[in-house]
Amino acid sequence: MKNKKVTVYALSTCGWCRKTVGWLKENGIKAEIIYTDTIEDEAEKEKVVAQAKKHNPSLSFPTVVINDGECVVVGFEPEKIQEALNK
Amino acid sequence: MNNDLDQKGEELRQRLAQEARATGYNLNPDLDMTSTICAGLAKNEGRYGYMSCPCRLASGKREEDKDIICPCDYRDSDLAEYGSCYCALYVSGEIVSGKKKAAPVPERRPPAERRLKAAHDIQPLPTVKSGAGGAIKVWRCKVCGYLCAKETPPAKCPICKADKDRFEEFAL
Ligand code: SF4
Repeated sequence: MKNKKVTVYALSTCGWCRKTVGWLKENGIKAEIIYTDTIEDEAEKEKVVAQAKKHNPSLSFPTVVINDGECVVVGFEPEKIQEALNK
Repeated sequence: MNNDLDQKGEELRQRLAQEARATGYNLNPDLDMTSTICAGLAKNEGRYGYMSCPCRLASGKREEDKDIICPCDYRDSDLAEYGSCYCALYVSGEIVSGKKKAAPVPERRPPAERRLKAAHDIQPLPTVKSGAGGAIKVWRCKVCGYLCAKETPPAKCPICKADKDRFEEFAL
């Protein structure tokens, strides 16, 4: 597997996000997990939401972003994430 | 997640499982999933004051989040179309029996811009005078579809127990 940057926009309370994060861990895939709902600073939160929206206009979670937007996978879709990482 | 939330979530999970059984719904048999979601609901109730959907980003303002207070306005449509609510807390009998697997459901909730516009566009409906002289309207519970004809909606929906502010005026 090529080393790709993985960023996950997630919610700390969401079951599909938990499954996604768990799957990444199990497969030894390094990822930056951003729990959008736990960001205290309002300005910071707005910034993160705007970033997430850029990749996924419907702002749903989890949104998995590969290499800053080379590929975006919405929802718990391990096969699609794997495919994007193998490309 | 801390212990207190786990405990509150577990109590909530048991209550919701019981209510679901009594009303013809099913909770997801995937215990890890429902436990996460119920702890999430408890967390949201603690930080926002209402049980906002754990899989959607809440604004923190009840008025803006009303449609996603659990059970959300979209649960029944998603159950009918996909066999699962958006979070996969509620699932169909087929999923319970293992015939089908719960899978991610696309977001049905309209984006914020459209929600605000829809709220703005609502025209006041004509009211009908009842025999008793009060102004009667028909109210619809946006969660379960229950209708009643009264001056105001009930404090809680007698069918699904949604709060009064989840009702809308209804006209054919
Ligand atoms: S019913 Fe709606 S609010 Fe409740 S868990 Fe399911 S999707 Fe979320």
